[in-house]
Amino acid sequence: MVIRDYIFLGIFLLVMACVPLLLKNDYYISIFVFASFNCLACIGLSLLLGYAGQISLGHAAFIGIGAYTSGYLTTQFAWSPWITMFIGVVISIIIAIAVGVPSLKLRGHYLAMATLGFGAILYIVAVAAVDITGGPAGLNNIPPLNLFGLILDSDKKFFFFSWSVVVIGLLFALNLINSRVGRGLRALHGSEDAANSIGINTSSYKIQIFIFSAVFSSIAGSLYAHYVTYIDPGPFGIMHSVLLMTMVAVGGMHKIWGAVIGSLLLSLLPEFLSFSTGYFKTFGIEYKPDYDTLVYGIILLSIMLFLPEGLYGGFSSAFRAVKNIVKRNGKKAKSSS
Amino acid sequence: MVETILEYQELQKNFGGVVAVNKLNMTVDIGSITSIIGPNGAGKTTIFNLTTGFLSPTAGNIKFFGNSINQLKPHNIASLGIARTFQNVQVFDNMSVLENIMVGRHLRSKSGILSSTIIPPFLRKEEKHIKREAEKWLEFIGMADDSQISAGSLPLGKQRMLEIARALAMEPKLILFDEPASGLNARETLAIGELIGKIKESGVTVVLVEHDMELIMDISDIVAVINFGTRIAMGTPAEIQINEDVITAYLGD
Amino acid sequence: MEITNQDFSNLLQYIFMGIQRGSIYALAAMGFNIIYNSTGVINFAQGEFVVYGGLMMVSLTMTMNLPVPVAFFFTVLFVMLIGILMERLTINTVKSPTVLRLVIITIGVSIFLEGIAMVSWGKNSHVLRHFSSSETFEVFGAMILPQTLWIIGILVFIALGFILFFNYTMTGKCMRACSINRDAARLVGINDRKMVMISFALSAGIGAIAGIIITPIIQMDYGRGTMLAIKGFGAAVVGGLGNSVGAIFAGILIGIIEAFGAGYISSHYMDAIALFFMLIVLFVKPSGIFGSSEASKLKEF
Ligand SMILES: Nc1ncnc2c1ncn2[C@@H]1O[C@H](COP(=O)(O)OP(=O)(O)O)[C@@H](O)[C@H]1O
Ligand SMILES: [Mg+2]
Repeated sequence: MVIRDYIFLGIFLLVMACVPLLLKNDYYISIFVFASFNCLACIGLSLLLGYAGQISLGHAAFIGIGAYTSGYLTTQFAWSPWITMFIGVVISIIIAIAVGVPSLKLRGHYLAMATLGFGAILYIVAVAAVDITGGPAGLNNIPPLNLFGLILDSDKKFFFFSWSVVVIGLLFALNLINSRVGRGLRALHGSEDAANSIGINTSSYKIQIFIFSAVFSSIAGSLYAHYVTYIDPGPFGIMHSVLLMTMVAVGGMHKIWGAVIGSLLLSLLPEFLSFSTGYFKTFGIEYKPDYDTLVYGIILLSIMLFLPEGLYGGFSSAFRAVKNIVKRNGKKAKSSS
Repeated sequence: MVETILEYQELQKNFGGVVAVNKLNMTVDIGSITSIIGPNGAGKTTIFNLTTGFLSPTAGNIKFFGNSINQLKPHNIASLGIARTFQNVQVFDNMSVLENIMVGRHLRSKSGILSSTIIPPFLRKEEKHIKREAEKWLEFIGMADDSQISAGSLPLGKQRMLEIARALAMEPKLILFDEPASGLNARETLAIGELIGKIKESGVTVVLVEHDMELIMDISDIVAVINFGTRIAMGTPAEIQINEDVITAYLGD
Repeated sequence: MEITNQDFSNLLQYIFMGIQRGSIYALAAMGFNIIYNSTGVINFAQGEFVVYGGLMMVSLTMTMNLPVPVAFFFTVLFVMLIGILMERLTINTVKSPTVLRLVIITIGVSIFLEGIAMVSWGKNSHVLRHFSSSETFEVFGAMILPQTLWIIGILVFIALGFILFFNYTMTGKCMRACSINRDAARLVGINDRKMVMISFALSAGIGAIAGIIITPIIQMDYGRGTMLAIKGFGAAVVGGLGNSVGAIFAGILIGIIEAFGAGYISSHYMDAIALFFMLIVLFVKPSGIFGSSEASKLKEF
């Protein structure tokens, strides 16, 4: 069973490598690059949501911390992006400890509200602390990444790089889930009391996984800053945190693969919807990008109500059902012959 | 003299106005099967919850090998070598049977979040070792054929067996069973009784809470009778069977 | 340092401003508590009830020109209906509810309602006439709006109604029984599912009233729900989650801190200061600053 995850990973790698070959237009490639940042953050978030059973509504803030740390330090002091990315990770870890330790000690969903409040505060600071963040105008001229002399300044180059990072992140997450620690996490999700009774320090695990997931987001943020080379507070608000949580839940929160599916689909959705505007018109509906929020709400609600294991769960039970039918028919055919 | 493994001294637990455990004094000998019986609501499960750190006592002391464990958290108490099962069986139903027991090896393995992240499971020695040990315990309870089944889909009898195997995988010194036979049929109850006997033989001390008197009288070395949180009698099964107080407690006046 | 008259008037001004905003957080917090007590779930859509109250009132009075009392009544009814529909169509249909799943559902409802509000009322802010005059009057140099008095009066009125309802009506007592021990309540024949529905209706109704009374002062737009929800939750936590008397004081306290922050520090950081205070309480004394930690474990309305 363990090995299946790694076979999927290989297939996933091949599929993603083919995407740029199929997409002629740089614009579509850039959509996929943006999807890769969401994907990375969602992989981390799914460990927290699906495995530790905790909701964070502040992960966009960690993306923001990564982005602003990289943006500020590279533009002000001309430090290497790799170093600033690392510093962003360290800051995210510190903040995750400060927010996570007190709220994860409590039962219930204090973490959700605490992270929501913390995300809102950071957003306000990003807008108001003009001296550091540039305020609503943001930071400009952030340098692109330099990979051993190869400057990642085109959409295609960045596509390969950022999806490689996603694949590595995915590999790490899969390793973790299929390890002693991962089993401990799944156990705590199954029954916290039973997990405690066999010696698992569940509160420490929750905190560790919250930190771990914050790191994923922080790296996604640094990558984002060096890709767009210009940042403002817009993409790091509460709504994006909620959207990340939605991606994980829609894809299927109890499997890492669910996060991959959910983040890819929902990142491409706005593109798909604006592409279909003409189609909506034939029904007399004037579709505007403003309606995206409503669509996300409808998708999240329908999935949570009708398909609680998400799209991944839906796919795999459909797959099992088909397999069973085929098997049964096979047997029938044999016995009748 | 036999060594004492577990001791309750004037143990008290109040829930608001309800006194669940009332000035309980009791010792458990190492290597024995000590049973606690008593009517529903007598405080048996509360005693287990206090012993394993899920509740903290209102007053009194719990000593394990002479050291007080009152203030410890459940996972610390587990690491001292006290395992338990739950009255409402608590297997991890989102995991396979084998994985359930592998989690039981948690305290006997070490790898942390960083090394787990970087090295894939099939390259880690520890992982192979955990699996081998888990298979051994699966063999011990006679469920080797079910290893890949999801634990949630097992019948109750097998879930209870699995819960016991998970606890055994910790290699504890003391194990607490909370009504392991409740809801089981006669054949399954017999199997549980045999298993508990085997556990004692392997050198683990057992404290057993159970309502099935046949099972209790059959396998216990010592039986303690609890009513309203206090001990009203203690002795060998033969002594308990003829004790007046016990008969009154069970049958009412 | 000498305290001048001007300083005093400013102080008074900020206090009134704080009470006025804080009343809204207090009402939102009471809404959180009602649903939390009956389901154990934090309802993330609580802020949307406030938004819908404000926006619906705008439509009924400003567009349809209904008199204020009539519009008030229908707005509250409308939002209560939303609350009931939310419970019947989502929460009640979940067969194997886990708190995690229910919380995510309330997040889904909140995004959905926000989306609907934007489609129906657009993105701009909406003005609502004050209940009575919009002319300020002066108290010790502080300028006070009559609407502020309306807000305080209605808060007091609701708080009294709340106490009467939960202590003296059969339905209120049944709801308390459910929140303390659901199984026992069911055993004595209380329909716990129905109690959950009533709690959503009540919570939505209180949210609607909050929205109606504050909109003349802050103007309402579709996107305010989340911030109102966070601050209302903050008040609920500071007051001790589940304890509604605590929530009223905590709401007003948060409002005053916010007003002081805006007045003495920087209006840019106004929201951040209130949230920061909430986080500090959450971390230092999660049982709330009103009442002991023991009391906060027992669910009380
Ligand atoms: N967490 C708790 N909160 C309040 N009362 C409890 C709690 N746990 C147990 N009790 C009460 O303590 C008494 C003893 O319960 P318990 O230990 O479960 O009894 P037993 O296992 O012997 O049937 C009962 O009256 C029960 O209602
Ligand atoms: Mg019991």
